[in-house]
Order: sequence, then C-alpha cells, then structure tokens
Amino acid sequence: MTPSSSAGALALGDDALVLSHRLGEWAGHAPVLEEDVALANIALDLLGQARVLLSLVGDEDELAYLREERAFRNLQLVEQENGDFGHSIARQLYFSTYQQLLYGQLAAGDGVFAPLAAKAVKEVDYHRDHAEQWTLRLGDGTAESHERMQRGLDALWRFTGEMFQPVEGVDGVDWQSLHTSWHTSVSSVLKRATLTVPEGPQTGSWSAGAGRQGLHTEPFGRMLAEMQHLHRSHPGATW
Amino acid sequence: MATVAYGTDRTDEAARQAAFDAAVAADERIEPRDWMPDAYRASLVRQMAQHAHSEIIGMQPEANWITRAPSLRRKAILMAKVQDEAGHGLYLYSAAETLGTSREELLDKLHAGRQRYSSIFNYPTLTWADVGAIGWLVDGAAITNQVPLCRCSYGPYARAMVRICKEESFHQRQGYELLLALSRGTPAQHAMAQDAVDRWWWPSLMMFGPPDEESGHSAQSMAWKIKRHSNDELRRRFIEISGPQADALGLTLPTGEIDWDEFKEVLKGNGPCNEQRIAQRRRAHEEGAWVRDAAVAYAAKHGEGKPS
Repeated sequence: MTPSSSAGALALGDDALVLSHRLGEWAGHAPVLEEDVALANIALDLLGQARVLLSLVGDEDELAYLREERAFRNLQLVEQENGDFGHSIARQLYFSTYQQLLYGQLAAGDGVFAPLAAKAVKEVDYHRDHAEQWTLRLGDGTAESHERMQRGLDALWRFTGEMFQPVEGVDGVDWQSLHTSWHTSVSSVLKRATLTVPEGPQTGSWSAGAGRQGLHTEPFGRMLAEMQHLHRSHPGATW
Repeated sequence: MATVAYGTDRTDEAARQAAFDAAVAADERIEPRDWMPDAYRASLVRQMAQHAHSEIIGMQPEANWITRAPSLRRKAILMAKVQDEAGHGLYLYSAAETLGTSREELLDKLHAGRQRYSSIFNYPTLTWADVGAIGWLVDGAAITNQVPLCRCSYGPYARAMVRICKEESFHQRQGYELLLALSRGTPAQHAMAQDAVDRWWWPSLMMFGPPDEESGHSAQSMAWKIKRHSNDELRRRFIEISGPQADALGLTLPTGEIDWDEFKEVLKGNGPCNEQRIAQRRRAHEEGAWVRDAAVAYAAKHGEGKPS
C-alpha cells in the first residue's frame, strides 16, 4: 500500500463501516422480520468490506475506534440517521447504486482494489437490488408510502454529489461517467417507481466533498461516541 | 340417517385417535395433514408460538449492544447472531403455520400480551459481558431444552429444531469464547465477566420452567412426546454441564436457591424489561405498517408476491 492507496482504502472502508453501523441500528426495529434479516445481512456484508479495507491501512480496531470525527473519510451520505424506512431505503438506493458502479469499474481495472472490488460487487449487486425492489414498492405502493419515499429521496439528494468527487488513491475510475451512469440508473428506478428525481444542488453549499476531507454532519459525532465508547473506556484491552 | 352419520363419525373419531396414539407410541412423526387431537394441535401452537416469540423478543437484549461492540470482529459476530435469531423466528412461525394459524395472528397475540415469550428476555443487558453470558448460559439452557425437541412427535417442529440447534450451538461457543477473552483480560474485564455471570445464572435456570410439581402442561406434553424430559431433569443436566465450563472460564457460579417469587413476578409482567420489550416490538410493528401496506398495494397492482 502506498500512502495514496491507503487514503483510498480508508475512504472506501469508512463508507462501508459507517453505513454498516447505521444499518445495525435497525436490528429488532424493522417493519417485517424478513427485513430484520435483510438489513442485518447487508450490514454484515458492508462490515466485512470495511474490515478488509481498513486492514490494508493498519489495525482495523484502532482505525475504527480510536480516530476522531475529523479523521474519518466517509461520505456524509452514509452517516445520515436512519429516519423512517423510506429514508433508509433512499440512502441505500443512492449508495448501493454508487458502490455497484464504482466497484464494477475497479473490478474491471488492474488497480490495487480490483480483487476486493471483484468479490464485493456480488454483494453490492444484491444490496442494490434490495434497494430497488423497495423503492418500487414504496414509490408505487400507497399514497403514504409514495410520499415518504419521495421525502427521503429529496432530503438526501444534497449529499449525493460528494460521491463523484475523485477520491485520492482510488485510481482508474472515470468519475464523470460514474456520475452519468449513476444518474441514469437512479432516474430509471425512480421513474418506474412513479417518483420524481429530486432537483437542486447535489452538494452542500459550504463545502464540496466534505466527508472525504473529514468534515462531517452533526449526527456523526454522536454516532462515533456510541460506537467508540466501550473500546475507549478500556485502553489496551483485547476483546 | 342422522343417527347413522353420527355413529360413523364416532367410529371414525375413535379410529383416528387410535391411529394417532399408535403413531406417537411408535415414535413416528405426526405431519400437518395427519389427524391430530384438537388439544395436541392447540398445545403445539402455544409452544411453537412462544418459542418463535422468544426468538424475536430475544433479538432486543443483544441488539442493544450492536452499536457499542468493542471490536469489529465481535460486532460482526453479534450482527450475525441477531440475524440468525430473526431467521429462527421465521422458521418457527412457518412451522406453526402448518397447524392452521398465521404469523400475523400469532404476532397480534404477542403484541396484545396473550401469548408469552421466554422470561429470560425480560432482563436487561447492562454491560458488554452480558452478551457473552447470554451466549454461554441463555443459549446453553436453550440448547439443553431444545435438543430433545429435535425428536418431538410433530414433524415440522422437530425439523425446525434440528436446524436451529446447529446454529444455537455455534452461538453458545461464541458466547463462551467472548467470556473467556474477558476473563483472561484486564482485571476490569474479568470483573465485568463475573458480574454478568452472577446476574444471568438464576434467570437462565428459570428458563427450564417451574418445578415439576407446578408444571401444568408437562404431563400431557410428555405423553404426546412433544416434551421428552421434565423441567427439573433438564435443569439438573444444565447445572451439571455448566459447573466444569465455569471452572474452565475461571469464573464462579453463584450458590443458593432459585427465587421462584421473582420468576412468577417476571411471568406476570413485572420483570425489569417486560414493558420495554413488548413496547419496542409493538412500535416496530406499528411504525412498519405503512411499509407492509405498500408491499401489499404494489403486489395487487403488479400481480406479484410480497418482496422477501
């Protein structure tokens, strides 16, 4: 791993770690038992990806539990709170589509992340399918589900632009075409789901690519406090 | 004509009962399409529903620690375990549905407080070590109870238990290994492990149910070969197995007597977490209603089954 590749592994690893944590919060709260299983399954896949990626950089637990908020490189999208099921599904649709396309490109190349991406893309295909199936059902289900799904899509839209900022150390990706493909794919699902592609800026106005630079949103600090508390309370302990 | 029909029914009834009794006596499996006494059916529905509900409510005390698990490896193990429990709940509801009930009906009864779940899940998980104690003691007690159910007279239940017991044994080993790491860790970790065992030991023993002389359903369940051993017999077996395991862990088991008054209070709904557990279950169900409605509406429009 070159320092640059490490930076790339950290960014991709943090995305997976943080989204896995958010999905873990659903355990025991899902609308139907099958979703308790599915969301935990996706969370586990992502945690597995995070562990591989973080281990390329250093000790996975030191990196997960002993970095402060400003040192995390995940997208702001994945740290957003779960909200209702529609909000979580909107987050899943946006991110899993991105991850599927990104890992597809990485798997096809010969870069340092190609082997990992080739393995992960099979999982990510399933994650995207799950998000798509629920987007269709919520969008084209009842008036209430349509409205909730649209609300989730709208609320999270401004965090999507960050996904297409080039990531240091993640080479061989055509970020422009990634954005175009992502937009086409998401738009097609939303159209079939009778939903509207949100309008407006795809990034927060105060900083572009903020999560990748360690600038996060307020809920993230609280999430880390919970995640890291026990580990930090017993310095040097093994578990 | 009516008298003839009546007479025929009675003869059929007696013949069916005799065939059922003979099948049970010969250790054959009763299958969903077979005739069975109404009371046998009702007793199985009650027991399987309670078992399924326990898996579902049992997700809560452990899921309580998913977001605070102290290493990524432990977090992955815990997530997988909670996922397995949801899966066990699904198998068991499916098995119960072969008796002519439905998951919706059973969940409604759980939410209304008309069907029970295991008393153990009304205790709180206060430290990380509790996750290990649940794996070692609670899953250990569950396995002791459930392995004989793999030979239960009702086929779908017995088959579900074969699958569930394999996964439960795996969980138990993981819980033991978690406690072992704590026991051999820092003094603070060791103390955390001992405290968890001290708190979970008695509730684990209560999982075997009331003493034999107070167990209302036992005699009939044993005659039907739903149950194979008495509560006290299984409880003794569990105590015998646990002693050497505690020694190997470097932890001690509490001494004394089971507080049956506490057990009765927990069963009555007055345990530390009864209200909280059922409230969370109800909330998840109620807040998820719009999602389930959406899936039904979508399926009606598009002529497809519900997403799984």
